[in-house]
Amino acid sequence: MAKLKVALYWAASCGGCEIATLLIAEKILKLAEAADIVFWPVAIDAKYADVEKMDDKSIDACLFNGAIRNSENEHLAKLLRQKSKIMIAYGSCAVEGCIPGLANFYNRKMVMDTAYLDTASTDNPDKIIPQTSIKVPEGELELPELWETVRTLAQTVDVDYFVPGCPPEERTTWLALEGLISGKLPPKGSFLVHPANAVCNDCPRVKHEKKVKTFHRPYELAPEPDKCLLEQGFLCYGVATRGGCGAPCPQANMPCTGCYGPVEGVRDQGSHFLSALASIIDSNDPDEIQKILDGIPDPAGTFYRYSLADSMINRARINP
Amino acid sequence: MKKIVIDPITRLEGHGKITIFLKDDGSVANVYLQIPELRGFEQFSVGRPVEDMPQITQRICGVCPEAHHMASVKALDDMFHVEPTSTAKKLRELFYSAFYVTDHTTHFYILAGPDFVMGPDAPVAERNILGVIAKVGLELGGQVINTRKENHWVIQAIGGRQIHPVFGLPGGVSKRISEDERKQIEDIAKRSVEFGRTSLKVFNDIVLKNKAYVDLIVSDAYTHKTYYMGLVDDKNRVNFYDGKVRVVDPDGKEFVKYAPNEYLDNVGEHVEPWSYTKFTFLKKVGWKGFTDGKGSGVYRATPLSRLNAAEGMATPLAQEEYQKMYSTLGGKPVHHTLATHWARLIELLYAAERMLELSQDKEITGPNIRNFPTAKPTEGVGIVEAPRGTLTHHYTADEKGCIKTCNLIVGTTNNQAALFMSVKKAAQALIKPGKDIPEALLNQIEMAWRPYDPCMSCSTHTLPGTLPLDVSVYDAEGNLVKHLSR
Repeated sequence: MAKLKVALYWAASCGGCEIATLLIAEKILKLAEAADIVFWPVAIDAKYADVEKMDDKSIDACLFNGAIRNSENEHLAKLLRQKSKIMIAYGSCAVEGCIPGLANFYNRKMVMDTAYLDTASTDNPDKIIPQTSIKVPEGELELPELWETVRTLAQTVDVDYFVPGCPPEERTTWLALEGLISGKLPPKGSFLVHPANAVCNDCPRVKHEKKVKTFHRPYELAPEPDKCLLEQGFLCYGVATRGGCGAPCPQANMPCTGCYGPVEGVRDQGSHFLSALASIIDSNDPDEIQKILDGIPDPAGTFYRYSLADSMINRARINP
Repeated sequence: MKKIVIDPITRLEGHGKITIFLKDDGSVANVYLQIPELRGFEQFSVGRPVEDMPQITQRICGVCPEAHHMASVKALDDMFHVEPTSTAKKLRELFYSAFYVTDHTTHFYILAGPDFVMGPDAPVAERNILGVIAKVGLELGGQVINTRKENHWVIQAIGGRQIHPVFGLPGGVSKRISEDERKQIEDIAKRSVEFGRTSLKVFNDIVLKNKAYVDLIVSDAYTHKTYYMGLVDDKNRVNFYDGKVRVVDPDGKEFVKYAPNEYLDNVGEHVEPWSYTKFTFLKKVGWKGFTDGKGSGVYRATPLSRLNAAEGMATPLAQEEYQKMYSTLGGKPVHHTLATHWARLIELLYAAERMLELSQDKEITGPNIRNFPTAKPTEGVGIVEAPRGTLTHHYTADEKGCIKTCNLIVGTTNNQAALFMSVKKAAQALIKPGKDIPEALLNQIEMAWRPYDPCMSCSTHTLPGTLPLDVSVYDAEGNLVKHLSR
């Protein structure tokens, strides 16, 4: 059997997905047996121009991480889609925009003004803002243009498979790679992840009927060791989050924050969590319900911590 | 005017791009290093619950999330006016020491190693981690992989996840470690200390015993006289997790020592219209452009800077190596940028020794891991040493306990001005009037900025020790006259 040709690329991301790929450690040798990596800016000395020269669909699979934040991200996404038989959104940024997607609560001008004018240590008496085209004494320089809205990979090109997580846990990465190597892949559009309804299925904490009268912030008190965090009033996102990660966060006594995205079949993670919350709030009195909900200081930023760019909301409307 | 563009060198939130302008006689007019992307953390953190900041800000960098997690949680301690318990502080520092071992290992063997172990003139095909393993032996190569893997296990055991940990809370941490885990960490620490010593021996045998390499280290092309910054403990010894920021002048004299909440009196960020990154400088000296010397506010914050800014190391083996480095290179401070690789290995040994001390500490498995805040969050600053420089997080809170303002000075930002200067100096040393642009240009430029381990190249970003470099030289009319690539 001919070796697979695989490409890996990053767009707007933190580099954590690259480290996640490396964490498969010695298994990377198994990958090397089965596949040739033809493009990986981290590791392989191939240029954009080399990719442009490849025949269409000559790459068997592309693992694409990072969100689409500027024109270069989009160009590479389109180019790699054209050259690849299978396009995989790898990691939360590519799948759903992730934490950088929170920028969609603001706009480009606010982001730039904060970075270059308003931050406490910035010393910018002439109010200089980086420009896409700048004349310097010796000639001209260019910078890519930052976009107003963070987009996901699937909002930019056709995507075949999704690998969730910020970043994907080691077991998730290996499951996806094993699927590629064996050629045993589920139908197009599937998530490559260990099947589990929600993070709760992976979580060893004991669950009872959930009734909450007060929400606590994690710094206020320590959770009981073996009991469901949500039942204790901590805003644990496990019920509304795809499982398969192994639930490392609740096992470290911290709430799940939702990085594996919505559970299978759910379009909007935030509204799903909201409806889950509605069913566990232990009150029928509107005033009391309001008081209980006041214990959640940033509902939008919490419910859409990772999925804002891919949600029904997508972005905030900013009045000029 | 000719223009040389090196694009992409690789990335920091996008990739970096170097443009070199040549005068009509062919000598270097100026050099620009541009960072082409901004994600806007300082803006979109606004409105988020303050306690979520350790997990939000670490998404700035998945290569050193541990550093952001620590700086952020220290800012939370400060803004809630809560002191972490003794066990919590030790667990945080133990976690952070394990992180330093993995990070410095990656940099030395996978990034810097190829330059020195294989030699600056070795064929490109051999200048990578595989070449390094072939030269140092499979056994040491195995130790490199194992050291990284084991210490990532430690990061998960204490921090909850291997990448993007979750355990940091104002006043402490979320989770204890068991006696079984402690024993395993102690064993890993012992192996890491041995690995640190072996690494310094490799450096000694391959680099220091080779006169050509030593000459290169001390050569003018790789030297800048700047201020140096680093976090120190109360005895002015290097500390990664806690203490005050000490700055020494180019003569090695203490210029200032400041507590985290005094950072705004000391550090400013200059803006240029041609890059999305900012350029930090010492406010008490002022921004005087991309120039070194006592009169310029440009400072550096690297492993070598930390050693220059301190008076010693807090662990015995690292202290011996510290003294050896300064006696070999003619006293303090050392201005030779390439000696940063040596300093990084001394820090690796220190981190491993500190890890061992902490893993044997009686309190480390203790149950008292949190002090609970009683005050409302107001304003806080947290500073740690990230591997790539002093990292500052500064937040203010609104009445709901959400972020009102957020200011971040990230490790590599401290070194952006010096990085420019180093790239320019290497280009000037290489590009001479009337001579062809040598093929070695790419390699020399890489060597000029690799010691900083800038996040544009950090850890994984250049796995086999080569960068996707591409240089095009255009004449004044825009015609391509020379193309170098690998």
